[in-house]
Amino acid sequence: MHDEFIHDTLIHDVESLFERMRDAIPAGAVRIKEASEAGRKIVGCYCAYTPFEVIRAAGAIPVSLCSTSEKPIAAGEEHLPRNLCPLIKASYGFALTDTCPYFHFCDIVVGETTCDGKKKMYELLDRLRPTHVMQLPQTYLGEEAKRAWRVEIERLAARLEEFFGVTITEDALRREIKIRNDERRIMNAFYDLSKLSPAPLSGLELHTVNEFFKVSFGDPKALELIRELTRKLRENHENGQRRVADRRRIIVTGCPTGKSLEKVFNAIENNGGVIVAFENCGGVKPICELVDETLPPYEALAAKYLGIPCSCMTPNVKRLDLLEELADEYRADGVVDIILQACHTYSVETFQVRERMGEKDVPYIAVETDYYQGDTEQLSTRMGAFIEMMV
Amino acid sequence: MATCIGVDIGSTAAKAVVLGEDGTILFKAAIPTGWSSSEAAKSLWTAMEEMEKAEKKPLTADARAVATGYGRVSVPYADKTVTEISCHARGVHRLFGRDCTIIDIGGQDTKVIALAGGRAKDFLMNDKCAAGTGRFLEVMANTLALDLTELFDLAEDGKDASISAMCTVFAESEVISMIGRGRKKEDIAFAICESIVARVSAMCGKQGGGREFFLSGGLCGSEYIRRRLSDTLGAPVYTDPLARWAGALGAAVIAGELKN
Repeated sequence: MHDEFIHDTLIHDVESLFERMRDAIPAGAVRIKEASEAGRKIVGCYCAYTPFEVIRAAGAIPVSLCSTSEKPIAAGEEHLPRNLCPLIKASYGFALTDTCPYFHFCDIVVGETTCDGKKKMYELLDRLRPTHVMQLPQTYLGEEAKRAWRVEIERLAARLEEFFGVTITEDALRREIKIRNDERRIMNAFYDLSKLSPAPLSGLELHTVNEFFKVSFGDPKALELIRELTRKLRENHENGQRRVADRRRIIVTGCPTGKSLEKVFNAIENNGGVIVAFENCGGVKPICELVDETLPPYEALAAKYLGIPCSCMTPNVKRLDLLEELADEYRADGVVDIILQACHTYSVETFQVRERMGEKDVPYIAVETDYYQGDTEQLSTRMGAFIEMMV
Repeated sequence: MATCIGVDIGSTAAKAVVLGEDGTILFKAAIPTGWSSSEAAKSLWTAMEEMEKAEKKPLTADARAVATGYGRVSVPYADKTVTEISCHARGVHRLFGRDCTIIDIGGQDTKVIALAGGRAKDFLMNDKCAAGTGRFLEVMANTLALDLTELFDLAEDGKDASISAMCTVFAESEVISMIGRGRKKEDIAFAICESIVARVSAMCGKQGGGREFFLSGGLCGSEYIRRRLSDTLGAPVYTDPLARWAGALGAAVIAGELKN
């Protein structure tokens, strides 16, 4: 069965591999429905800090919940203030209107205290579905913070054990750490493609693969598809086949991305740029570091997850260092920082990012936006001018 | 002889500049954009053709054209489109000739552009909101039943009033309550102008500012706004009679660099 699958993909070219991924993204919900009906437990997640390994070691499937559409925002605003970030309003609106299939089938939600708006929203969300909130330290520095986060991961494990009536063994944790690390390696190998010049794929395609990875749920067949795409793209590049013209290479950073923010990617890519990396929660940021397989599992998980350089941490120098590193590795011509309206931490942090990129002489621009599509033209002018400045 | 056409279709006004091969301005025109960008682009073309006939100067034959501004995609005779930020930078460089910070208070966007070495090096644009843009001034002038020139003239004689709301709609209700309280029209006009000057100056500060500023675009004709900006920024703000054509001029300069 497995061999047949690989054989099947070999006769397809790159375009059809992308096509299959695009088709599979909406089908993810159906697979979760079937899994749920077959008795599998589903855990809804919102954030890259969620230790998937623990959820999987409890025999459950971690799924990313819907949060990036403008559609449910009006409904979310019935309970939440209007001047809140669109991500929180959409997350809550999806749950409230029961329009997120993943939320519909999830048994429990895991949230994290990444920002004030979210942590208060989770209190309301708990009325719709049991919501377990992990208390994040405000810093990734020091042993105390790491210890505190380890306690939180153990607390999550205890809650899941109690909720599902299961035991999370150390063996299961070690197994899931290994599996998830393999998934990270597959994604890192895929991301590495964009270090080639010219870039072998567009940022919109890169984003599609990120979305596809989100709904792969650890399925070896889906992961093999990403591997196959990576192989094929690299092979084509080495054979001199070019799918993307030589364009200005852009790294996208900032708030979490998603469907509604494709307007920014389009503005970059329709105006002479190509996105080579996403330094966001849905991109390289949570993937680039692996979990140390030699350490005791909870200690290793605490170290890895707390190391994600999110702007909710203070200080957050690690993000600046990572951006610098990525700018070198991906030979970036510019960095675009996407800020969602009312996201104070990322918004304030633009000052430091601008400063650091300036020291490195990497052109930088921050754009503030939300999920509504009304600023498409203005974004096009901004991104166009930004890229024209590099000529 | 090939000429270079620059067309700037803004949200309020559409402008065209034609440069001869030696870089002299052969033609310039500004018309209201109206409801249709492509109609405005067509009208400018007709104006160029009429000028060509009347003065027997070759304008449109073999010309290269660059379009800029919000309606840049609606100019059928453009060989290339370039954003207004790059065009203003090139146009101001042609007019002013040295590094500065450009202030362009446009119909729907206000831009602060750092000009270095003849090109845009960095820029800031207002958010989606209309505060600090030409639209804000238009809405407020309408509320007072004034045109922009009258608004600036009255503001000269006003004092001691301010608008605190940043939102255009809320600011308008502030203006209406000032009218209701019987404040002098001069003072209200003063408050409106101060509001835009403060907003634009804050953008200049955020952008990093500069020692010299240049006011380009539609408001360049207002000596009052130029002076108040200069006072608030504590730095000279220059302009030029041709500054309202800066975008179109820059587009024409860029057209001159297009390969045949």
